[in-house]
Amino acid sequence: MRDHTITIHPVWLRIMHWTNAAAMTVMVLSGWQIYDASPIFPFRFSHSITLGGWLGGGLLWHFAAMWVLMINGALYLIFGLVTGRFRQKLLPISPSGVLQDVTSALTGHLSHEDLAIYNQVQRLLYLGIIVVGILVVLTGLSMWKPVQFQALAAVFGGYDRARLVHFFCMTAIAAFFVIHVALAILVPRSLRAMVIGH
Amino acid sequence: MKRRLIIPHVDGQMLVKDAAKLMTTATRRRFLTSGGGLGALLLLTGCDVVNEDAAEDVLRKISKLNDAIQARIFDQNQLAPTYPESAITRPFPFNAYYDLDDAPTIDGEPYRFEVSGLVTGKKLWTLADLHALPETTQITRHVCVEGWSAVGSWSGMPLRDFLKMVGADIRARYCYFRCAEGYASSIDMPTALHPQTLMAFKFDRQILTRAYGFPMKIRIPTKLGFKNPKYVVSMEVTDDYKGGYWEDQGYNSFSGN
Repeated sequence: MRDHTITIHPVWLRIMHWTNAAAMTVMVLSGWQIYDASPIFPFRFSHSITLGGWLGGGLLWHFAAMWVLMINGALYLIFGLVTGRFRQKLLPISPSGVLQDVTSALTGHLSHEDLAIYNQVQRLLYLGIIVVGILVVLTGLSMWKPVQFQALAAVFGGYDRARLVHFFCMTAIAAFFVIHVALAILVPRSLRAMVIGH
Repeated sequence: MKRRLIIPHVDGQMLVKDAAKLMTTATRRRFLTSGGGLGALLLLTGCDVVNEDAAEDVLRKISKLNDAIQARIFDQNQLAPTYPESAITRPFPFNAYYDLDDAPTIDGEPYRFEVSGLVTGKKLWTLADLHALPETTQITRHVCVEGWSAVGSWSGMPLRDFLKMVGADIRARYCYFRCAEGYASSIDMPTALHPQTLMAFKFDRQILTRAYGFPMKIRIPTKLGFKNPKYVVSMEVTDDYKGGYWEDQGYNSFSGN
């Protein structure tokens, strides 16, 4: 029996994926609450979609979930590198390959036959979101400790600019979320694989 | 008045699991019974009346843990970046939980700054006494808990020099500041002893105006703005944590930059 089911996503990855999904949701919704206390742009997030009730509550959620996000994220990077999963699944990637797969996706010819193999668009998005995930944590740390971690904050151009980059990372994560969920709904087998492994 | 930490749209199940790990058995039982079934209800209805106390309890515990972590990260020798005069934000924003019209107006003549607690030199200081103290000026970034920041120039005496002068027991844990309008804040001793922590009497080289905290502001570039009390009337050196205006409502107590 076991021989016939090929594991697409090992259990460590599935646990980390859903832990990240939960932590990221809390981070984004509480982040909107914090943003609303002093908006950078001329809009606010509706109170009905923010977490924490008021600024103090949003901050408590944000500074609690950040530990889950950071520890889980660090483990994910270590596992992905050490097991060779990143290399296997996300490489090689090339501009022409991405373009080709975008074209076949738009014309309805992109194959989802083997979920274990990521197409070039997936590779680009997954690599991209890993980079954004690292950036959102580093800019977050820069804002949390602009004095103690001032060398890090300086990399982003200081506190105010780190805050701006932090916001754009959130925007990228929200955009990724929309695409990611839409595609998972279009190919339900992929959702199953992320839950039960195959 | 205590504000509620309402939690719409939280995943009840996940919250229960995470929370349970952090709690004692007795609290856990209470939490699970009040939260278990209702967590799902919370998800379905978006109702925010359930789980509040339990979630708040867990979040406050994590916030205490964050205090300890930040105290470990804090390095007394790490100086906040300083800026040239040209970088000063003008006009520097007034910020408080009340409007400027409601800010305290303090008469400098009868004003006394009370120093008490674990000090050998308990005393009431007149403004003239305070203004006669040696003064340094520094231009640093004020970071507000709300997210905005502004660069300002403050002049006054480093608090660590003042603490030495009044014979404070620097092994004590906190300096507790009280303000004319009832505001208060507790500053941990390592931060109070940071070289850039000032008893400030001037902003932009002028005696503090009412908006900026006349007659005294404790300026701490290694803390968020709400831990920089204005209209300061007393300092108590103490081993007891006495909280503060915002700290008591849920802002993280250490709130170090």
